[in-house]
Amino acid sequence: MDRKFNLFVLLGLLLPTLALAQPEPNPNPENWLTSPGIIGTFFLIAIVLIIAIVIMLFQVSSYVQTLRAKKIRAQRLAFNEELIGLNEAGIDEILLKRKEALKYRLVGEELGSAKDAMDEKGLVYKVSHDPGNPLVDEKRKSPLTFETPSGLKRIIIFYLGASAFWLVFGTLVGQYVGMKFVWPDMDHIAWLSFGRLRPVHTNTVFWGWASMAMIGLGYFVIARTSNTTIHSYRWAWVGWWMLNVSVLLGNIFLMMGINNGGGEYREYIWPVTLIFALGLVITFFNYYKTVANRKISEIYISNWYILAGLIWTIVLVTIGYLPFYQDGLGETVIQGYYMHQGVGMWFMTFTLGLTYYYLPSSLNKPIYSYSLGVLAFWTQMLFYTMIGTHHFVFSPLPWWLQTVAIVFSAGMFIPVVAGTTNFLMTMKGSWNQISKSYILPFFLVGVIFYFVGSTQGSFQAFRFTNFVWHFTDFNVAHSHMTMYGIISFLLWASIYAILPKITGREPKQLFVGIHFWMAFIGLFAYMISMMAGGTLKGLSWIEGKYFIESVTLMKPYWVWRAIGGSLMFISHLIFAYNFYIMTRNPIVVMDKTKIQDQIAA
Amino acid sequence: MFNLHKDHRTLVTISFVVFVLLSLFIAVVPAYQMQDVSPLPNQAELTESELKGLNLYISEGCVACHTQQVRNIEMDKMWGDRPSIPSDYYYSKSRMDIWRQSPSLLGSERTGPDLTNVGVRQPAIQWHLLHLYNPRTVVEESVMPAYPWLFEAKANPNENDMVVPVPPKFIKSGDTKIIATQEAMYLVAYLQTLKQTPLPTNPEFIPSVRKKETVQSDQKSMLPDGEQLYMQTCAACHQSNGQGLAGAFPPLAGSKIVNDENAEFMIQIILQGYDARPEYAMMVGFADQLTDEEIAAIANHERSSWGNKAPAITAEEVARIRTYTLSLNQ
Repeated sequence: MDRKFNLFVLLGLLLPTLALAQPEPNPNPENWLTSPGIIGTFFLIAIVLIIAIVIMLFQVSSYVQTLRAKKIRAQRLAFNEELIGLNEAGIDEILLKRKEALKYRLVGEELGSAKDAMDEKGLVYKVSHDPGNPLVDEKRKSPLTFETPSGLKRIIIFYLGASAFWLVFGTLVGQYVGMKFVWPDMDHIAWLSFGRLRPVHTNTVFWGWASMAMIGLGYFVIARTSNTTIHSYRWAWVGWWMLNVSVLLGNIFLMMGINNGGGEYREYIWPVTLIFALGLVITFFNYYKTVANRKISEIYISNWYILAGLIWTIVLVTIGYLPFYQDGLGETVIQGYYMHQGVGMWFMTFTLGLTYYYLPSSLNKPIYSYSLGVLAFWTQMLFYTMIGTHHFVFSPLPWWLQTVAIVFSAGMFIPVVAGTTNFLMTMKGSWNQISKSYILPFFLVGVIFYFVGSTQGSFQAFRFTNFVWHFTDFNVAHSHMTMYGIISFLLWASIYAILPKITGREPKQLFVGIHFWMAFIGLFAYMISMMAGGTLKGLSWIEGKYFIESVTLMKPYWVWRAIGGSLMFISHLIFAYNFYIMTRNPIVVMDKTKIQDQIAA
Repeated sequence: MFNLHKDHRTLVTISFVVFVLLSLFIAVVPAYQMQDVSPLPNQAELTESELKGLNLYISEGCVACHTQQVRNIEMDKMWGDRPSIPSDYYYSKSRMDIWRQSPSLLGSERTGPDLTNVGVRQPAIQWHLLHLYNPRTVVEESVMPAYPWLFEAKANPNENDMVVPVPPKFIKSGDTKIIATQEAMYLVAYLQTLKQTPLPTNPEFIPSVRKKETVQSDQKSMLPDGEQLYMQTCAACHQSNGQGLAGAFPPLAGSKIVNDENAEFMIQIILQGYDARPEYAMMVGFADQLTDEEIAAIANHERSSWGNKAPAITAEEVARIRTYTLSLNQ
């Protein structure tokens, strides 16, 4: 009975003519979210999605199985051929050897337990009788130290250092404005008021933290996968200065009350953004030249994403700031386009590129499928570009623009599922390494959030869900789920993966663990409180209650958000400390004689 | 054909060109078309001081919490009489100056109320000034920031100064008066322009809520919900508990006028406004904004709440008083 009704509602959604035949044209506001329609829709979509994924996995795995079977058969045939090809003398020799081998018996001293321990080759450099920290499992050490040119090393460390600084500063501001929801009279200083500080938070974590980290990590990937050196270290430094100066200047202007017009993520006025954009152009030029000078013929998939992310963002910023079509609602069309693509074409694209390198390399195996990566690349460009207007559903923007945005939002399933599958299949078979590594948990959380956050965003774009969630704190939950859950976690994973290898300095594992768990639990508290509160807020609006009721009902959720935010902020302080540990001293060169002296003593 | 795996030039060129084409199609061309609108016939242009107010609205980041768009769904009906249309933004959304673009007024969060029609909903200057000085003077539960830097504290204001009736507990040093600066006046001037220009026939909302069922049995329930109307229209000043605000807005609880058996004076005040008592701020009239049924419903709510006990009145009585009052004015 219930299921029939669900199906009916779903059909009603799809076919307007059927909807007219429904006995109750206007849904009842009292149990909106628990109405069978919404639950059913979500349930059905979820089932379809899960089944689709399961089917796809099965298909892919059976295909792989047939390939493997083919290979095994070929090997067996080759072996048979070899046996037939053997001559009499050869067979005798093999049989004699086997006879000898069967006579061998163990005597019980083979492992040398009766002999004195001796390190003849000088391989042991540290002897410890203390089993280490009994509280947490010892993680695997970073085994490799890459031979990285010192120029590149300095660039990476400085980009990541700047990013760590902006992360701490940006989230300190975020934490402060979050607390203002609980204590609105914390201060009465113009420069620290909510309206001015909010864009300082968003712009700092966007253009300061994530962008600097991405470009720094990108320099390593570009050089490494092209098997060459960076085109110009000087330009890398010029880029570093330009990007940092623009974030610094932009924030000062914002706090002074000078902003571009209040549109999200383009609050910096154009002279400031111009500095940033030129920084991007320089970075692109430097990356491009490096790839052009590569020593291998193939362009690794990471570099597709990284180069495209840069070129798309340069286009995006240009379109976002040119004035010719931005009067009236023209500005609103561009705003939807700009704020969505800022996330999609810059942060998402670039970070995916980084993940295509750092994830497989920290598992020490190749990426599962190059072709899936290519598919995700082109669909990312095609679908992501079209969906900006889903921030303005039911607004006075043209209905066709809204519909295109919603349809392509659903289309985002394709790149998201392709990317997630690729990463998970790469991790498959190495699950046991997750408990042994301090890097992989960050990757796993980032990848899972990539799927969950993006899919949830697609759901949020539907007209139906816009009734409940649009304009509420649910949006804030979504943006943290993606910018934090996906981007920040993947960036941390990559930083922890690469820094120890190029500096030879590992962070304290316990502190990496604390960073991980505080960030993760904090994000969860943040997300769940904003989602629950946002939903209740939307429902109260649908019911037509007084606006101020929706403010009072949010208060406990804002407190929980502040608690989650505090955990996140503290985890960033720990990250900054870990960064300091990883970069504190120049590379540790292993001095054999010194170690031998230590052992002797 | 294209050897993208090996040819970096083609790879970058294709992703660049296709992205530009997609962007032109989905953003630049539609944006260009959206500029082609005219103002409504009776839409007022923003004056210089109102534009200065708009500039302040942007630089203080008001758009972070306040939207200015009435969506075409019924739940947005509380923010305007009709859904917003592109022409509504004709005067407010144009490039501010060489440094700053057209303001993003539509917004994406409603942490505070939508302001499309706040000029109608909240016509009193004094209320706005108090609210800007510290929102919690008038709305206790508000989480909006205070803007004290738009005000000055003066011991002896001269007669040109706009004195804001801030309750003593919100002033740091007791014997100073709070004066609105010119900037605060600009901002309020802008907020007061936020009114929907009426159309000959208003576009309809897509219904999302089942219509409230009205019981036809007795006279009283024919009236709309008085409490809700009171909360929307009156509570900002007179407060939800009817206690008003000392020094700014008179209490309705226990008020002689409200409790008068003859409601004529009370209805007149609602219709025409009131400025007879110097210790309180001026009240504007609601004759244009509220129907006879709505005024009757509000009056009945006020006459029967917070310990008030006065007989109910009907919409017909309100209609009679309205005609009489109007005739006096002519």
